[in-house]
Amino acid sequence: MAIELLMPALSPTMTEGTLARWVKAEGEKVAIGDVLAEIETDKATMEVEAIEDGVLGRILVPEGTHEIAVNTPIAIMVSEGEAVPEAGAVKPKNSAPPAPVAQPATAPQGSAPASAPAATPVAPVGQPATGKRIVASPLAKRVASQKGLDLSRIKGTGPNGRIVRRDVDNAAAQSTAAPATAAAEAPASTSRTVPHSSMRKVIARRLSEAKSTIPHFYVSADVELDALLALRSQLNAASPDEGPDAFKLSVNDMLVKASAIALKRVPNVNASFTDQAMILHDNVDISIAVSIPDGLITPIVKHVDQKSLKQISQETKDLVKRARAGKLKPEEFQGGTFSISNMGMFGVRDFSAIINPPQAAILAIAAGKKQPVVKGNELAIATVMTVTLSVDHRVVDGAVAAEWLSAFRSVVESPLTLVL
Amino acid sequence: MSGTDFDIIIVGGGPGGYVAALRAAQLGLSAAVVEAKHLGGICLNWGCIPTKALLRASEINHLLHDLGTYGFSAEKVGFDFSKIVARSRAVSQQLSGGVAHLLKKAKVPVFEGFGKLDGVTGSKRKVLVTPEKGAPVTLTAKHVILATGARARVLPGLEPDGKLIWSYREALVPDALPRRLLVIGSGAIGSEFASFYRNMGSEVTLVEVAPRILPVEDEEISALARKAFEKQGMRVLTSAKVGPLRKSDTDVTVPVEVNGKTEEFTVDRVISAVGIVGNVEKIGLEGTKIKTDRTHVVTDALCRTGEPGVYAIGDLAGAPWLAHKASHEAVMCVDAIAGKQVHPIDITKIPGCTYCRPQIASVGYTEARAKEAGYKVRVGKFPLLANGKALAMGEPDGLVKTVFDAQTGELLGAHMIGAEVTEMIQGYVIARTGELTEAELAETIFPHPTISESMHEAVLAAYDGALHF
Repeated sequence: MAIELLMPALSPTMTEGTLARWVKAEGEKVAIGDVLAEIETDKATMEVEAIEDGVLGRILVPEGTHEIAVNTPIAIMVSEGEAVPEAGAVKPKNSAPPAPVAQPATAPQGSAPASAPAATPVAPVGQPATGKRIVASPLAKRVASQKGLDLSRIKGTGPNGRIVRRDVDNAAAQSTAAPATAAAEAPASTSRTVPHSSMRKVIARRLSEAKSTIPHFYVSADVELDALLALRSQLNAASPDEGPDAFKLSVNDMLVKASAIALKRVPNVNASFTDQAMILHDNVDISIAVSIPDGLITPIVKHVDQKSLKQISQETKDLVKRARAGKLKPEEFQGGTFSISNMGMFGVRDFSAIINPPQAAILAIAAGKKQPVVKGNELAIATVMTVTLSVDHRVVDGAVAAEWLSAFRSVVESPLTLVL
Repeated sequence: MSGTDFDIIIVGGGPGGYVAALRAAQLGLSAAVVEAKHLGGICLNWGCIPTKALLRASEINHLLHDLGTYGFSAEKVGFDFSKIVARSRAVSQQLSGGVAHLLKKAKVPVFEGFGKLDGVTGSKRKVLVTPEKGAPVTLTAKHVILATGARARVLPGLEPDGKLIWSYREALVPDALPRRLLVIGSGAIGSEFASFYRNMGSEVTLVEVAPRILPVEDEEISALARKAFEKQGMRVLTSAKVGPLRKSDTDVTVPVEVNGKTEEFTVDRVISAVGIVGNVEKIGLEGTKIKTDRTHVVTDALCRTGEPGVYAIGDLAGAPWLAHKASHEAVMCVDAIAGKQVHPIDITKIPGCTYCRPQIASVGYTEARAKEAGYKVRVGKFPLLANGKALAMGEPDGLVKTVFDAQTGELLGAHMIGAEVTEMIQGYVIARTGELTEAELAETIFPHPTISESMHEAVLAAYDGALHF
């Protein structure tokens, strides 16, 4: 029986996506689990798998199409030998969900803690589209996308309210007219308009929301790294030269683990604020900020407290590599209970980060530098880095933050705990 | 409401006026048409339609003289010129009668006579209708749409005399085929008459003051038209100035100066086709707030004049002087009166057609005007020589040219010359109106074999993807 494949919601917040590539061609036989297509969301590229055997009868949405609303029919599947009916003549049916592992571990938006992804209601794939269909001319769509304008915010004045080119031009004129002062600073001829990528839009939205709704406060401390660096050399020296067991721990891997231990010791920081209650997470899932060409993404190392440095190191490497290739699955970057942003490699002295909601804290790690320190009554040289914890004051009070920082420092400065 | 009071009075029964009346009736408004002479206006009676009937005859004449190409032979091929003209008149009459029928069916009364604005009474406007015979009648309405059209421009020294010097009117009802003809002006009207008479067998000289014929068309199209005309044996002079005419009883001598050199042409008839002027006189504009600019009424984008409740549409409201522009404005104007949401006309979405042989059709920006407007363009061209249907028809001369905005893929303009192009241009007009980009056009499946395939290829060519050239 012919079924229509619908654009899947690959994450709870996904409303539209890009059909990056058809892996199967029209008329090609497919078996359960075969990858049919790759879908790009705001943060990642996901694979859509077949949920039953059959033939990919007709592709309704060509690859490279942007802004396909969730639940839009994208293809028709038929049984072998069956004629392909017209689009629309087929009862829509749920498209294949993403890879079976892709039960999105949603960020705890409200009540469900991230530690219990199974209990989190996942936006059901195939439920009626909630977004209103945007009626716009092809030219209006293209110009809007070139100018980085959101068509859903533009009022159409064409036939039956269709958005036409002039509506987009008017909207663009209005949006450029607003920041008149900014425009005045630089001669117009030397500025360029770079349309927002969907990732840039998400970054803008989430960080504005975080910074404007979360009462941030910041606690900084200087931490000596020499003991940790010495331990790292020793451990790395123990790695086989090559082969699957080879590893090379980074300072960051060790700081991730140190954070996890501190979170276990001061569990109130491993929390989320909701209007009704404070959520205390059992899992220690740490989001690591990774810069990628068009923005940043936070892949998550899960259960860090239960993993060895080697495991953390290998997992992080894999996550970062796939993040840069745009190949993370939503549950690999959505969720997490705590974040780390490390700018040590850029030599920064200190900085403070914006909390990644609904988490309660993020640790900003600056560069470690040799500098004079006073030990007892003596001057000595130590490698010191400044770390700054940004905290959601609704969840974590100042004393708790200080306590966490102190725990973190003691782990870093007496690092044997890391290998226990 | 009496028999003389209406929601809308329309002065002029051409393709602007009668369409406005039909639309008003459709929307439940009471409307009346005031027409001095012919329902259907110039278009039906002295323009678009009768010329097409004549051009059909000249096309047949051309084919009859080209029968060998298709393997035919015939003897004593000939024509009765008066019958050709009579057929053209019959077609016009049939259509004019059709308009009368449509208006009757829509219960729109037609007042025969010359209409003019005649002040106000209360909240209503008065229109005075003066019939050729009988007493004037005063009609009243809240809204008056002026649709009085236009007529041939008369240049000093080139005044039509009804005998040797013709305007389009005389040129449509000749008593005999002139042996030697000089056409002044190579716009749509001049080029069509030049083509008709040349294909009927007259010796034709086409004179244009601009550097190229069909000056509003794309330069390449103009050049191809000239080449085709010259191949048909027409003499074409551009950048040419016409000096004082010397008339005898039976012929006219016309000095024409090109590049400082003057050549004299002695011809049997001269057609003056040097543009048209709006009929702004005697329609009661004096003393009102209605402004005129040269010979057309100034309106806003929704055809409103300076006087509330008075509108001007069609040729009276200015260029482009095209029946389909008048009809579209008519519907827009009445819809606005009825309180419907309307969209002002974008003249770059109005197609233009010239029915000479080969035909010419275009919409939107020429390549040169697109560049002037600051667009970075992608241009696609496809010659009909590479189109199977054109070859099969024996009509291999022609070109389809597209102009795209390189930035957005907007189809800025399209320009065609060749067989049947006037029937095809609407495809590009739909693309422009629907704001399709090169992507949708490229994805459209054109039927094979048709000349329209060259429209597809011209789109592909703009993106370096033409398959058959």
